[in-house]
Amino acid sequence: MRLRDVVRILEAQVLTGEDRLDEEVEAACGCDLISDILAFTKARMLVLTGLVSPQMVRAAEMMDLAGIVFVRGKKPPSDIVGMAREAGLPVLCTSYPLYDSSGLLFEAGLPGRCARPPRHGGPQDAP
Amino acid sequence: MRLEYQVIGGDFQAAGEAAAKIKRTLRQVGIDAETARRVAIVAYEAEMNIVIHAYRGALRVEISPKKIDVCADDEGPGIPDIPLAMQEGYSTAPEKVREMGFGAGLGLPNMKRYSDEFDIESEVGRGTSVRMTINLPAKGS
Repeated sequence: MRLRDVVRILEAQVLTGEDRLDEEVEAACGCDLISDILAFTKARMLVLTGLVSPQMVRAAEMMDLAGIVFVRGKKPPSDIVGMAREAGLPVLCTSYPLYDSSGLLFEAGLPGRCARPPRHGGPQDAP
Repeated sequence: MRLEYQVIGGDFQAAGEAAAKIKRTLRQVGIDAETARRVAIVAYEAEMNIVIHAYRGALRVEISPKKIDVCADDEGPGIPDIPLAMQEGYSTAPEKVREMGFGAGLGLPNMKRYSDEFDIESEVGRGTSVRMTINLPAKGS
């Protein structure tokens, strides 16, 4: 699924990253904890979240995520959008809540595929 | 090539800037995306640990032909029980840090998971040092 399709399905507003809307999103994850983003997401995933924080953008940048969707009509302030722009990270916002947004994208064919929670930190869990 | 950044405890405004700079520098010097991502993750976790728990610290990265070393040294309260701190879900982060979406007790285990080598030393009342190595993929692979 392309980011452009996500925008259409979630009737989302593009706050930054208009030039990257044709990029592919491989999977998505609904997450309100930065700790979980750092531990469980994979590169090129889209994160849907209700947590508006500059560290959400930092974590997404570090993890090479495909973009962030702020749900429930939450709109990040301009400094957070500016950080994302500088990082080249697309940011969308939608008025759908997290569960509805996730359901709509899942129904349209975008899978979850969060990395399994690490169990023993052994090499079988290495990314 | 060496990079070094000072990190100030409690400075949540600047938190993550060092890791972001490290990641961008690695990409600029031609380090592959997956290795840069792994280094960025451990550097960010280490930087956030200093911001959350310590008074001040430094994040150092050394890039050599076969590996990248990341060291985080801080002056802070130290960790009395390292095996306990390494357990997933164990956290001493204060409530205000948890409200920011951190403090799930996943940081240290995640740093170990993304590193090829991981070593942590700590002295109560003085500080903590974390050393991590991420091997570069063999040429041609």
